[in-house]
Amino acid sequence: MAFAVDQATHDGLARARAGQRAIDRRAWLVTAVAGAVALAFAAAILLYDNPAAPGSAAQATVTKLRATTLAAIALVAAAQGVATAVFHTVCGNRVITPSIMGFDALHSLVQTATVFFFGAAALGAGGVWRSVGQCAGMALFAVALYGWLLGRPGLTVRVALLVGLVLGLAFRAAATLMQRLLNPSDFDLVTARLFGNMSNADTRFLPLGAALAAGALALVWSRRRHLDLAALGSATARGLGLNHRREVMLALLAVSGLIAVATTLVGPMTFFGFLAASLTYRLAPGARHARLLPAIAAVAAAVLLAAYFTLRHVFYAGGLISVVIEFVGGLFFLAHLLKGPTRGNTRLIRQSRGQPAIRREQAGD
Amino acid sequence: MIRADAVSKAYRDATALDGVCLDLPAGGLTALVGPNGAGKSTLLGVIGRLTRADFGLVEVGGMNVVAARSRDLARRLAVLRQDNHLATRLTVAQLVELGRFPHCGGRLGPADRAAIERAVAATGVGPLAHRFLDELSGGQRQRAHIAMLFAQDAEYVLLDEPLAALDLRHATELMALLRAACDQDGKTVVVVVHDVNYASAWADRIVALKDGRVVATGPPAELVQSDFLSALYGTPVRVVDTGGWPLAVYHR
Repeated sequence: MAFAVDQATHDGLARARAGQRAIDRRAWLVTAVAGAVALAFAAAILLYDNPAAPGSAAQATVTKLRATTLAAIALVAAAQGVATAVFHTVCGNRVITPSIMGFDALHSLVQTATVFFFGAAALGAGGVWRSVGQCAGMALFAVALYGWLLGRPGLTVRVALLVGLVLGLAFRAAATLMQRLLNPSDFDLVTARLFGNMSNADTRFLPLGAALAAGALALVWSRRRHLDLAALGSATARGLGLNHRREVMLALLAVSGLIAVATTLVGPMTFFGFLAASLTYRLAPGARHARLLPAIAAVAAAVLLAAYFTLRHVFYAGGLISVVIEFVGGLFFLAHLLKGPTRGNTRLIRQSRGQPAIRREQAGD
Repeated sequence: MIRADAVSKAYRDATALDGVCLDLPAGGLTALVGPNGAGKSTLLGVIGRLTRADFGLVEVGGMNVVAARSRDLARRLAVLRQDNHLATRLTVAQLVELGRFPHCGGRLGPADRAAIERAVAATGVGPLAHRFLDELSGGQRQRAHIAMLFAQDAEYVLLDEPLAALDLRHATELMALLRAACDQDGKTVVVVVHDVNYASAWADRIVALKDGRVVATGPPAELVQSDFLSALYGTPVRVVDTGGWPLAVYHR
């Protein structure tokens, strides 16, 4: 357009560029520091308090076992963190997480149904293939649900989320029903399965899970610029030429793959993804996906490895990691909700069209 | 040019558009006016391929908006909706940069930077460029979105009630800006306005809608008339001549 570029524009844009550099630097700094913390705790978990004699075969065995656990934890952390952030972006909401969409409930249902229909022996048998089956089932669930829902014209993401919530309740109810019908020892087995357990990750599934997660992460990474656009919301993004529905479907495919891998490895974690993502949004505000996603993966890994090490070696409560993480994450979630009109819930309040931004304007002007 | 042929759209039982036929030549500023629920926003959404019509055909610059590739269309057609709320934190500069996405796919080149500079200069959001959108007032946010729209640099520009959050000065400045975009750059601008006086003062032609139908199309001098506006809005409207353009008086 034929408009002269004045001094104020020059200065403003120069300042914005400097601001952008600061934002990028900050995101890198967060990634680097969190990465360093994660590495430090990883080394500590590997080496600290090894009961075997140095240089013995036993020591190597212990270290190897620990390395496997370590890999599982790092994988789960990155998967949960990145999945939550991508989900937030495509849903235009920073509160609701994939877990709320019924993933955890589906996991419970699949585990319970396995025991219910095939007996307790089925949990031990099948190994990798059972895990693969569960993983594929969960991924298919999300893609099928959304493929069906988003194919309907005039449907908002919010209604879809509500449907997800209702389905989650239904899955949970079905799982509960089956659990009541189980005999006590089978019930014990299922319950043990349903609580996430870091130390006892399903490591046979690890190589395949890592490959699946790597594929999903590669997919997300290749769409990072499109995700920046998708974050503007459906209407604006489509106006700028984004095939929004396809973007949402691709993102959901990746998200469901990541969550399925994480859940299959260590069981459900409702608030961990939220915790890692929210923490990173705070630490690196305004970062674009190219910088945000690595930062979230690093922060998530640092938090989970630190929690693992601390609980195992300081409080001797290795089995409680999921419980503690969920407790802290849950408190964080509540605090976020109660903080007042945050971005996440203002959107819900301001849903009705025709009453735009009155609240905000008064606050802003 | 923009062509709508027998466009109909219903939300459940309520008819929003009822066989709308519209031919707008390339170039010039067109204002869509009409009472609430007339179908103005729906028509704009259908032309901008954000809303899908139940029936009918829409062409913008010879492209069928439903069949064309969305990104190809986005280089020629820019559209701004009323509801532009964001969940993520974004600076004004980042938002304006995203306006170049149809041209560069997220990798800004020199031409993109130049377009961004021009858009920021035209909308005067330079001093806000480094700020986060959620720290701004509604009107400032609105201007940031308009800067994004200008950065997109499309021939066809559609705006849905862009004046809603703006004060007198910024509303008038925006209309002058849209006027300049038409006159100096040959853009085709279609804008939904509530205040018929902004249409009267700035538009080349007015399209009046009521109950999902186009009831009249013509220059402001023809349509801004007491009996026509009174019938359109269903309330007494007087029209006084200000010398330059007819002014509708309906406030009491």
